Amino acid sequence: MQFLSYLINGLGLGSVYAIIALGYTMVYGIAKMLNFAHGDIIMVGAYIAFFAITKFSLPFPAALMAAILVCTVLGVVIERLAYKPLRQATSLAVLITAIGVSYFLQNGAQILWSSSSKVFPSVISSGEIRLGSASVSYLTLITIATCIVVMICLTLFINKTKTGSAMRACSEDKGASMLMGINVNRIISITFAIGSGLAAIASVLLASTYPSVYPTMGSMPGIKAFTAAVFGGIGSIPGAFVGGLILGIIEIFAKAYISTQLSDAIVFAVLIVILLIKPTGLLGKKINVKV
Amino acid sequence: MAEFHTDSGKTPVLDVQELGIDFGGLTAVNDLNLQVYEGEIAGLIGPNGAGKTTVFNLLTKVYKPTRGKIYFDGKDTAGKNVVSINKAGIARTFQNIRLFGALTVLDNVKTGFHNVIPYSPITAMLRLPKYYAAEREIDEKARDLLKILELDRFADVTASNLPYGAQRRLEIARALATNPKLLLLDEPAAGMNPQETAELMDMIRFVRDHFGIAILLIEHDMKLVMGICERITVLNYGMMLAQGTPEEIQSNPEVIKAYLGD
Amino acid sequence: MNKISSILSRSQDKQKRGRVLSFAIVIIAYIIIEIMLKTGSLSSLFSSLLVPVTCYVVAAIGLNLNVGISGELNLGQAGFMSVGAFCAVCVSGILAGTVTAGIPRLIISMICGAALAAFFGFLIGIPVLKLQGDYLAIVTLAFGQIIKSVFMNAYIGIDSEGLHYSFVDSSFKLQPGGKMLLNGPMGATGTAKIANFTVGIVLIIIALLIVYNLMFSRSGRAIMAARDNRIAAESVGIPISRTKMLAFVVSAALAGAAGALYGLNYSTLVPNKFDFNTSILILVYVVLGGLGNMTGTIISTVILILLPELLRSLQDYRMLIYAVVLILIMLVTNNEQLKSKWKSLTGRKAKGGASNG
Repeated sequence: MQFLSYLINGLGLGSVYAIIALGYTMVYGIAKMLNFAHGDIIMVGAYIAFFAITKFSLPFPAALMAAILVCTVLGVVIERLAYKPLRQATSLAVLITAIGVSYFLQNGAQILWSSSSKVFPSVISSGEIRLGSASVSYLTLITIATCIVVMICLTLFINKTKTGSAMRACSEDKGASMLMGINVNRIISITFAIGSGLAAIASVLLASTYPSVYPTMGSMPGIKAFTAAVFGGIGSIPGAFVGGLILGIIEIFAKAYISTQLSDAIVFAVLIVILLIKPTGLLGKKINVKV
Repeated sequence: MAEFHTDSGKTPVLDVQELGIDFGGLTAVNDLNLQVYEGEIAGLIGPNGAGKTTVFNLLTKVYKPTRGKIYFDGKDTAGKNVVSINKAGIARTFQNIRLFGALTVLDNVKTGFHNVIPYSPITAMLRLPKYYAAEREIDEKARDLLKILELDRFADVTASNLPYGAQRRLEIARALATNPKLLLLDEPAAGMNPQETAELMDMIRFVRDHFGIAILLIEHDMKLVMGICERITVLNYGMMLAQGTPEEIQSNPEVIKAYLGD
Repeated sequence: MNKISSILSRSQDKQKRGRVLSFAIVIIAYIIIEIMLKTGSLSSLFSSLLVPVTCYVVAAIGLNLNVGISGELNLGQAGFMSVGAFCAVCVSGILAGTVTAGIPRLIISMICGAALAAFFGFLIGIPVLKLQGDYLAIVTLAFGQIIKSVFMNAYIGIDSEGLHYSFVDSSFKLQPGGKMLLNGPMGATGTAKIANFTVGIVLIIIALLIVYNLMFSRSGRAIMAARDNRIAAESVGIPISRTKMLAFVVSAALAGAAGALYGLNYSTLVPNKFDFNTSILILVYVVLGGLGNMTGTIISTVILILLPELLRSLQDYRMLIYAVVLILIMLVTNNEQLKSKWKSLTGRKAKGGASNG
């Protein structure tokens, strides 16, 4: 049953993409910006967890909390300093600023922690369970479970809390939300905080799966997660979840059945095909222009 | 209604038959019959939300009709899209002004000649002799149009910096550049003061006479509608309420009721 | 009112001056650099940067046509450079025996590189027909990634029996005297370095001519009209997709020619050279230079390539400073409050027009 183990591994990888993509898509939905520095938040989270475990010998849950805390604060600070002054600017200007932030984080990490990669300690039990003839590692199952929990919490938060409905209002119409007395700046800050916190969770899962931590480790997962968010329909939370999972599965299957080296090409080719069939992604909203 | 066919000596440029469109079960326009004859200025009026702009969007193929036919110049327009309907000879302006904001006023009008005086991108890149000939002709014609719409002094102004009334006139100039047989004007006098409106009326008449085209306009300013339209169609709730000369429309009790409420 | 029109009526002259200025800058820079080369007053580091700078200038001019004039975000310009580069390397390798003179072979290779990149631009441009905004951006990003992965796995060799190729490994056996043109992740190796600075300058001038001639023509007006107001553009009979496709293909062709020159400037070239980061770098040159402003693009490309080199003494900190400079420039030029402060400081009225040559 090779197929089953590939499928579960695909779901595992997809879960990581989904958690990152959720951050991407929330920020896009509310701030209408492509936050290309999102992947680098993951890198910072991974370093924090790494040092918390190796230098300060904190237990894993404490290391995770430290990573979440630092990333959340970092996300909010970046938004305040770099993005908030550009609320009225073109999306391209914000995009370039995000790229500047990305360079800043990568090169800052390189100066602080050197460019050589560090081996992430295996804190999540390395055992595996057998499902028929297929074997799946605990880590993969924990990753999938984490993603599902995150998704449920986020859905409840968005739909059941006051802040959540304020977020939905902001993503529909910022101007009207402001008139309704919603503090839009606060909502955007919260969105960045949540997105960055999710990135921290993803960072620990990612660093445990591919046990190495280095300054540019966030770029590729960042790009993949962005792709996943677009895949599902950018701005849509269920879309990011579904998009992430599908992307992970396609990637693992492409590696297993077609070619390891060409797997990235296949993933992106599938994306292009999907967008040709559904121009706004799987669960994206159709854009209507009023004439 | 039958009496319009008194000028049936003229052929209709535009012939709309039983036109209708639904948006998700909601009927926006229904059972509309409308003719515009050569060289005529016709009006389309009605209260807010009556579906007037929707009719323009149907005529210019922004929307596909759910029911009915639109004949233009004697031919069914069913297979046409926004671009090809313009090539066929229908040009329009927009209620919410849609100019090319970063281009100059002159360049805005020049875009209108896209299919009227065409040449290939290769001609442009290599600056072949045809480029110079075509550009000279485009420039001359565009400046003529600016003069007609009294925009010549703004020729090199960026369109987004134009005063409001001039922006509306620029939309008309740009539409005229496409060499239409039928010009659709969507609230051309909106936001203009009485003096500007009076000048606009003269311009619309002059344009009709000078180019010999038919004009169909949507307008809320009754002074303008009654002053220049030869025939008026009244829409209410997407349905045709009345059709007739300005005098007939003004005295039609149904129309008065629709406008003033019960 | 007359005041407004008198201020703005010079805009056409300004456009013309902008065009003349860009050609003047390129030619004067060329003369100065040639003199410095002859007198040997240029460090070897800077002389090694000359050809790459011209390549990036051309790719950035192309990208500005796409992003500034046509208004579509393109995150895959490096992918088109990659296509041009590896195509040119192969063509040059194939022609090595028949066309021995460097310059004709360079020109033929560059034309092939540009043509192939244009073809890929056309293929990728097809989604342009259906997609808008950020969705288009992601397709170009995906294209860049696909191209990179494909070249990472492309093995092409030539021998007396002709061309051999594989997308798995270099399993094919070449006859004695045969040569690998592309070697998977190692890319092109042993390329004859036939590129030179003068050709680069000529390429910049050709790129400027093409882009300016296009901008100030029927097609250019259509491209800008489609950017400014899609619906209005269609209403005057401009087919949006074909118009945007034109900008996209020309942009890709310029990137292809630039990549070709780049590829033939080095004896080895790895596919990783043209990754997402390179696309982003070119986009940064364009945005900082000013959308639609070709003179600005040339200047910002040169400065931003030289800046890290000039900061070399700061070692590790140079990219950090680069990042900070980038963020600060974006904040100062795009935040209304900071912008007005900046203006009052410098005392000049900078108007970032979208269409001033």
